[in-house]
Amino acid sequence: MQRESMEYDVVIVGGGPAGLTAAIRLRQLAMAQKKELSVCVLEKGSEIGAHILSGAVIDPCSLDELIPDWREQDTLLTTEVSHDQVYFLQNKERAWQIPTQFVPASMQNRGNYIASLGNLCRWLSERAEALEVEIFPGFAAAEVLYGEHAEVAGVITGDMGLAEDGSKKPSFEPGMELRAKYTLFAEGARGHLGKQLIANYQLDAGAGAQHYGLGLKELWDCDPQKHQQGLVIHGSGWPLSESGSGGGFFLYHHENNQISVGLIVDLNYQNPHVNPFEEFQRLKQHPLLKDYLTGGRRVGYGARVINKGGFHALPTMHMPGALLIGCDAGTLNYAKIKGTHTAMKSGMLAAETVFDALSEDEQGGKDLQAYAERFKASWLCDELYRSRNFGSALKKWGLYLGGAYNYLDQTLFGGKFPLDLQDDREDRETLKEVADCKQINYPKPDGVISFDRLSSVYLSNTSHEEDQPCHLRLQDRDIPLVINLGHYDAPEQRYCPAGVYEIIEQGEGPQLQINAQNCIHCKTCDIKDPNGNITWMTPEGGGGPNYPNM
Amino acid sequence: MTVLVIAEHNNSELNAATLAAITAATQLKDAVNLLIAGSGCSSVAEAAAKVQGVSRVLLADAPAYEHQLAENVAPLVVRLAEGHTHLLMPATTNGKNLMPRVAALLDVAQISDIIAIKSTDCFQRPIYAGNVIATVQSKDSLKVVTVRATAFEPAIAEGGNAMIDQVEASGDLELCRWERDDVTESTRPDLAQAEVVVSGGRGLGSAENFQLLEALADKLGAAIGASRAAVDAGFVSNDLQVGQTGKVVAPKLYIAVGISGAIQHLAGMKESKVIVAINKDEDAPIFQIADYGIVGDLFDILPALSAELDRSVN
Amino acid sequence: MKVLVAVKRVVDYNVKVRPNGDGSDVEIANAKMSMNPFDEIAVEEAVRMKEAGTATEVVAISLGEAACQDVVRTALAMGMDRGVLVETDARLEPLTVAKLLAAIVKREQFDLVILGKQAIDDDSNQTGQMLAALLGWPQGTFASHVVVDDDRVQVTRETDTGSQTLSFKLPGVVTSDLRLNEPRYVKLPNIMKAKKKHLEKITPLELDVDISTHLETIAVAEPTQRSGGIKVSDAKELVDKLRNEARVI
Repeated sequence: MQRESMEYDVVIVGGGPAGLTAAIRLRQLAMAQKKELSVCVLEKGSEIGAHILSGAVIDPCSLDELIPDWREQDTLLTTEVSHDQVYFLQNKERAWQIPTQFVPASMQNRGNYIASLGNLCRWLSERAEALEVEIFPGFAAAEVLYGEHAEVAGVITGDMGLAEDGSKKPSFEPGMELRAKYTLFAEGARGHLGKQLIANYQLDAGAGAQHYGLGLKELWDCDPQKHQQGLVIHGSGWPLSESGSGGGFFLYHHENNQISVGLIVDLNYQNPHVNPFEEFQRLKQHPLLKDYLTGGRRVGYGARVINKGGFHALPTMHMPGALLIGCDAGTLNYAKIKGTHTAMKSGMLAAETVFDALSEDEQGGKDLQAYAERFKASWLCDELYRSRNFGSALKKWGLYLGGAYNYLDQTLFGGKFPLDLQDDREDRETLKEVADCKQINYPKPDGVISFDRLSSVYLSNTSHEEDQPCHLRLQDRDIPLVINLGHYDAPEQRYCPAGVYEIIEQGEGPQLQINAQNCIHCKTCDIKDPNGNITWMTPEGGGGPNYPNM
Repeated sequence: MTVLVIAEHNNSELNAATLAAITAATQLKDAVNLLIAGSGCSSVAEAAAKVQGVSRVLLADAPAYEHQLAENVAPLVVRLAEGHTHLLMPATTNGKNLMPRVAALLDVAQISDIIAIKSTDCFQRPIYAGNVIATVQSKDSLKVVTVRATAFEPAIAEGGNAMIDQVEASGDLELCRWERDDVTESTRPDLAQAEVVVSGGRGLGSAENFQLLEALADKLGAAIGASRAAVDAGFVSNDLQVGQTGKVVAPKLYIAVGISGAIQHLAGMKESKVIVAINKDEDAPIFQIADYGIVGDLFDILPALSAELDRSVN
Repeated sequence: MKVLVAVKRVVDYNVKVRPNGDGSDVEIANAKMSMNPFDEIAVEEAVRMKEAGTATEVVAISLGEAACQDVVRTALAMGMDRGVLVETDARLEPLTVAKLLAAIVKREQFDLVILGKQAIDDDSNQTGQMLAALLGWPQGTFASHVVVDDDRVQVTRETDTGSQTLSFKLPGVVTSDLRLNEPRYVKLPNIMKAKKKHLEKITPLELDVDISTHLETIAVAEPTQRSGGIKVSDAKELVDKLRNEARVI
């Protein structure tokens, strides 16, 4: 197909913290050195921040590096963490608070801020635009554009106005080529182009398997009497412990009497009956959490996977003409459950690398190994190295022993305990057959503290153009019924936090129905389908959730 | 001081929405004048005179008002406004077309689509597609208001005895020319306008089974609607969808058949006056908002319901 | 023919709004804002007129705070020639907007003004009719089809019973309904071009229009929640209740 094209020096795919930081740093360098440098950012969400979901407790170190005077400029981050509490939930009633002296140093949050990452991104995008970065929300990068020498030469934006059957509607607009000397992929965890690039250039050769957790989050307006602005609560144990699954929860007291509460469910769970959404709803019924929520009102819901693999799972982050940054590469620090400062740092390192490369040679398209060197020399690499075993230890030795190791490693050895733990099974390979697993009976939602999935999706303000090809592609149409339903009782019915997948009885027996319009772009199905049969593609730009303050 | 209600009619019959506006007017003042502007519409005036609560019918019968074009009717209403505290019209297409024009000519605000009257200058109206109800107060001495007909009981159409005064026509400004009216010829009312809607969900199981709904809808003169699940399953076309991403309806009677009642569906029909739910799952959320519910197999209940409607008519 | 299209910046139709804590207004902090969908249709109609050669110049205007220029830029990216922003932080009512638009129309001698039939935030459905009244122009509201033939416009309107077709001699006002057209997707190069198009800023004071308010919103609240009614045992009882208790059949 003949496509129009536009050229930039640098195209950045994804308007999250990594992408926006890279854009800002590139333009800062260009302006400081009075160089022409065109930068654009593509964002598949309807606006910057629309698809951003995080806790979030943010370590401001990278923001300090990027915009040193941010504190003076705006009331951006205002809620400093005042108290840290860590709990172990023994069962549905009891909770044990871990004494501060036994909380791993990585889990202590003094000096950090409770904030909405979406709003931080909105703020960063204003900074970026002031620096003449072109930001295009509502445009998805659908394909990688390759050059003559198999280098990345940019991206192609998604076609708009295709009907469900793939035919062109009257409003059809073909996607465009956005050509770039260098392309930075900042799509977040399990980016769909990042995944292709990793496979294409074999970037994961030598790296451990990437692991993921599904983070579910709700935002609550809470009873002012119960609100303690600055309080940060983390914990683990029940209810995931009942099914032997891993993960942890958070509950942060933001400004404006708001609380964000969430659960991260490790996607290496084994019992196909596990329903992460229902685990989260059940968790909120624990008195420790319920007390804060009672009298309040849920105002937001969303979900998104996070990388957990850390240092061991980092792929090679450079390839001809492109770099992977932020969670697209997997720079989240799982020991801290923080990815913002690391994503931003990787964005800065990438920007500096690309800027230097373009200063030396305007051609572009090179494989910038310098990025790896900059990364190794940075605090980012050091930080990720120190926390490399945190997740694996929990996975390998369980909560108690793993937790004890983490305490030792993180607090006494500063993450340098001389041991490397790796876990090389992909998350999709861990499910056991349904016959071998205990059924889990989740309680019905009470409509006050716990809710059903569809009324939750409603709060994510999700929408997709109705008449478009399904963006959740099945490689093999028989697998869902023959394998998934037969062996695992169709786990996609449960792991999807938006109820996209349903097995319905209709006429000649069960069928898989894909309600793609409910998709909140979390990427779980792309990860957890037992045969990797589901591929998440970008729907028409602008589709997906519209998170206001997540 | 009195309220002037502008009637919605077709030159032969008084539209029922007018009766609701009259009820709203009687909540404001004791005296209610009703303006019939049309052409050859004396039968409307006679019917209007019998409506309880109407003190006086003003009849402006002139060719210029035949199609009730706002350009011609607005100056008439402006001229008659004096001596009235409120000008009311049902929020029909005509009401929405005319009343803002009247208000602007009078240099006052217009208050759209009210659903409740708090006091003579304070009204409630839905905003954000009904997701929020605003209470608004007017500082104008004359209030120009459109009334949501389903929010007020219709005034009783018989038993009143108002006198009919002919009023002088204001003439044709010839700003606008009527070309034609095309009345949708359909055996079924339009989904968005219907007084009764029968809606089916995935519980119906197939496109063929939607015929069961048609039988019921025929008997009730109802429009057919569907939940998103039924549309996605291919039972019916997309334009029948009621809900967040479909049509928003507020009929007098909404019968939900085999619809579980996801919030996305409720968003499109929860303003209905009376909701009936038929579902085999007694925990279905639809029952939480239904005025009348039947738990059971819809394939038994639908034929029984049709038969019952036949029987009780005869 | 010079065409003016008014565009409003509203909370995106996908975003659910709710009353704020003290019920004084709706809570929309950081919510996505977009061009009112009906206005998008109005813009599309004007751009098509330009493309068809019936319009010589098509101008987009918005009124409100500085951020409203975003929707003007969107209109420019869709193909409008230039933009106007009447900038004020004051709350604007439909009547005020109509007065401001009338002032602009008189200043520039537009022949046709197209507006969305209503904004999806306050759902007033007034501004187009009010503007027509203030200018003494004919109005073709809730348009599903518009044909411009020299100095006459034929408008097919959506009504409660079907449709009605009117015609009038320009100048006039048209308000767009959902079925008038399907707005185009904005193309990336056009977003770039839109940034370079002229956008004039002007204040209500400069237009000499009084923007004081006639209405005050005292409170906003959620609609009353419905509660479940009763279960009936069979079809017979249901028909009886509907007929004799609810009296809806």
